[in-house]
Amino acid sequence: MMKSKPDEEDYWNSSKFKAFTFDDEDDEFSRLKESKQAVNSIRRLVEEDDDEDDVEKVSWSGEPVGRKTKTGSFQFSDSLSDSSVRLYAPELRKPKSEYKDYVSDWSPEETVHRMQQGKAVSLEKFRSLQDKLLLLDFSISAHDGNVITAVTLFTITFTVLFRELESRQTALRHFIHYLTETRDQRLLLELLRALGRTEDIALLQYKEHLSIADENKRRDFLKSCLSLPFSPEDSAHVQDHYTLLERQIIIEATDRQAERGGKVEIFQKFPRRASILNMPLITTLYYCCFYHYTESEGTYSSPLNVRQTFRISEKQFFVTALAARAKLKAWVDVDALFTSRNWLGFTRKKSPLGFHRVVDILQKNSAPTQVLQEYVGLVDDAELRISLAQKHKCHDIIINTYRDLKDRQQLLGYRGKVERGSVEERKINELLDNPQIRWKN
Amino acid sequence: MAHSARRDSPELPDFSLLKRLARDQLIYLLEQLPGKKDLFIEADLMSPLDRIANVSTLKQHEVDKLYKVEYKPVISTSDQLCFLIRPRIQTVKWICDVVNADKAAGKFRRYKLIFTPQKFYACEAVLEEQGIFGDVTTDEWAFYLLPLDDDIISLELPEFFRDNFLAGDQRWVRTAGSTLHLLHSIYGPFSKIYGIGRCSKMAYESWREQVEEGETKARQAEIGNVFLIDRDVDFVTPLCSQVVYEGLVDDIFRIKCGCVEFGPDVTSSDKSMKVMLNSQDKVFNEIRNEHFSNVFGFLSQKARNLQTAYDKRRGMDIKQMKTFVSEELKGLKQEHRLLSLHIGASESIMKKKTKQDFQELLKTEHSLLEGFEIRECISFIEEHINRQVSMIESLRLLCLLSITENGLLPKDYRSLKAQYLQSYGVDHLLTFANLRQLGLLVEQQPGETLTVMESKVGKLVNDKTAGKLTDAFSSLAKKSNFRALSKKLNLVPKSDEEYDLRVPRDMAYIFSGAYIPLSCKLIEQVLERDGWTGLEEVTRLLNGHEFAVTGSTAGSSGADSRAKNDAQRIVLVMFLGGCTFSEISALRFLGRERGYKFIVVTTAITNSSRLIEALLDNHV
Repeated sequence: MMKSKPDEEDYWNSSKFKAFTFDDEDDEFSRLKESKQAVNSIRRLVEEDDDEDDVEKVSWSGEPVGRKTKTGSFQFSDSLSDSSVRLYAPELRKPKSEYKDYVSDWSPEETVHRMQQGKAVSLEKFRSLQDKLLLLDFSISAHDGNVITAVTLFTITFTVLFRELESRQTALRHFIHYLTETRDQRLLLELLRALGRTEDIALLQYKEHLSIADENKRRDFLKSCLSLPFSPEDSAHVQDHYTLLERQIIIEATDRQAERGGKVEIFQKFPRRASILNMPLITTLYYCCFYHYTESEGTYSSPLNVRQTFRISEKQFFVTALAARAKLKAWVDVDALFTSRNWLGFTRKKSPLGFHRVVDILQKNSAPTQVLQEYVGLVDDAELRISLAQKHKCHDIIINTYRDLKDRQQLLGYRGKVERGSVEERKINELLDNPQIRWKN
Repeated sequence: MAHSARRDSPELPDFSLLKRLARDQLIYLLEQLPGKKDLFIEADLMSPLDRIANVSTLKQHEVDKLYKVEYKPVISTSDQLCFLIRPRIQTVKWICDVVNADKAAGKFRRYKLIFTPQKFYACEAVLEEQGIFGDVTTDEWAFYLLPLDDDIISLELPEFFRDNFLAGDQRWVRTAGSTLHLLHSIYGPFSKIYGIGRCSKMAYESWREQVEEGETKARQAEIGNVFLIDRDVDFVTPLCSQVVYEGLVDDIFRIKCGCVEFGPDVTSSDKSMKVMLNSQDKVFNEIRNEHFSNVFGFLSQKARNLQTAYDKRRGMDIKQMKTFVSEELKGLKQEHRLLSLHIGASESIMKKKTKQDFQELLKTEHSLLEGFEIRECISFIEEHINRQVSMIESLRLLCLLSITENGLLPKDYRSLKAQYLQSYGVDHLLTFANLRQLGLLVEQQPGETLTVMESKVGKLVNDKTAGKLTDAFSSLAKKSNFRALSKKLNLVPKSDEEYDLRVPRDMAYIFSGAYIPLSCKLIEQVLERDGWTGLEEVTRLLNGHEFAVTGSTAGSSGADSRAKNDAQRIVLVMFLGGCTFSEISALRFLGRERGYKFIVVTTAITNSSRLIEALLDNHV
């Protein structure tokens, strides 16, 4: 049964038509395939004999594992006399003549089937476009992506099949994925152009900026992206990206110099931890609020200018400025952010952000209790106010809230939690003794 | 089986055999390259390899030095290099560079590439293109399945998700089929196979083909039923915050290949510690499926018991003490160690979660699931973005909003996308394109509003677009129809009822009683009905691709009927594209309720972060 083998090898070695063969019938691998089929029968062995050592002995070639195989090329025929092999791999006993010779007569269907099994095939006979497409369609209907890609690559090598692929979306997706993985940008773009997928082209080209390290080159590249066929919406985002980087480059240059010069106090007190290049817009805004808060609207690094240029919402600006100024413990600036005058000229605190969030931001920037207390007191919802006040130990607020709620029981309970003889305790006692309050409980 | 609820569950099959098979085959492959050799291992294969073979096994088969594949020039001096890799173009290209560099330097070596679990023609095409096809030998290591626990088996192929669902590349279909084939030939024959999803159906067909190629032997089945499910059938569940202990640990510390690394904050020492998390850990085994709110109580009870056990020593005479030390002390010490570890982990979880306003986050998720106060949810998400809180978390919430609402209103979509790009970088334009392609984050199309309204009111009969099959020409993205599905399957229990998390009444407990995971609900329904009958509306909303096939019951005729009955109650659920620990907990609960034992096979363990990260495209 092994007799036909040398003949076959002769054929393959002398064949001049190896256009696209997945030639893995070369000894070792095919043997692995065969032993793979033998795996099905291993279970029986295990059942018959539970000894683990014996299981290990099964091995993938029929030889005991551990014994070294001579020069690595184990001859399968050697062990064919061994009756056990027949049991484990009955498939192998079939005479080779039962298999069709794979010179020429595999149908497209059979070819695909063999490819799925990792067996050797020859695609050279699929020469007409019609044959190729037939092969492609069979591979698609077999659902095996591995084979779909292989056949698509084969067909593409010979014909410009973009048009044909368009009606075979599955094959097309495989081809696109292959080109993406191999980073064949040129062919991928050509393909997308042929398919008229303009937005994909734009995004794909835009993506290239990620691999440009030099900021000036990156900026220039982004500038060239502005003419790409993005959707109107994305086009505006890419424009912003370009403008932002352009600005970051200028700010970075100026600030680095200022920092090195050692004359600007803020850079001395809070040395920059990283460059601002390629940071998101909001990080840049934060940076500007941190280092350039008071600058007039005319400069590139002025927070107001950034806000204007990039159409940043009021709430977003507020949140970022608040976090930056709180980080610097510039409580006066923080306070000013909330201040608005009403028509009578009185100032009152207003916030586009819920005050409980304000408290959260301030607390994360380790604001002192007096500062926190002011904002906790502005939380509308009484329950939320009390829980925040408890969390941040704002006794006054708790006491006042219980007083306003006329909740004598809660106040009594809270007295137990404050320090003995403290101002808070005295205040609670005064309230409890106050005959004018009509307690609800 | 339905009437026999809560009776003793059948025993699970022994999956350690899978490890032995994989190890034996690896040894065989190493033997194929006789003599000393250096072994390069793909980074994400290190942990799986660790679970089945140790370094000394490799050394025994003449592996000299071990390297991690890092895409850098190699420094090895060995004249034989062996590469144990995934079939990835990038890795193959790197190997080509290595070989070509050797050639240029006039260095002669032998190279062997072992692809696992299989090789792809595309990889060989790269070898050919780079001119080294004949210079290397290639092999396949059919290491498909790694048992992570008694009832969890993983293919450890996280890329399955992106390749299949985003790129539409079906390269792993055959792999999934082969996986089933392997399980079938060892633990089958399966008597019933159910499934839903495009990929599931293809995997099923691939498996059938492979069965026909080989031959089946009559054998006593150990696994009776199989359920295949595509991840894109249910994106809602993996996008929710996990609140069951094991899921939470995964969300916060990231369990990798069944192992977690606890930092100094957990171990309360200055060292980190790697801990295996599985049923062998007796403490973990008791809390893994518990809602987090019960975990503290359980652990403190456990601590008290432990104290009592230790206290027994007092008043013991010498002889009793001796027995105590030799028989009990070791176990107690072990328990002590585990207990303090999990208490440490719980504390750390508490700290992290209170810091980031977890309650409010959960409230938002629950509102989204319920379809309640959507405006408030949107402004919560917006603030999240504005404050530059976790980039992944913001995206997760946006996706959850989009799938539960069947897309965002164009005005909201534009504004949220713009703010997202401002906060996390314009590079994410590519991420948004991916999310749109997958249907995870989309704009409602004009004309669809009516559909949404209809499904809200429940007038599903007129909903023409909903059940339309995605044909090959349309995009892979599909509409979620979550609201309608939720109504149809009662996924969101009425919120006015009390839900006692200590005594869960249904699978919703894994999400604090707010939501029954869609994936698990489908499994429950199909098993109960023994097929999809009566679920026509549901499958239509899920875009079809459902199937239920009675397999060849080529069982031995004289089979022990009790054993046969047992096998029927063992259900193998295969998630194509990943599953979460919460889903596994839910299935374990269902199993206990209905007398099933579930075995979860998944392409990888996933969670919201992994899912979103797989779709990011803001890097090279």
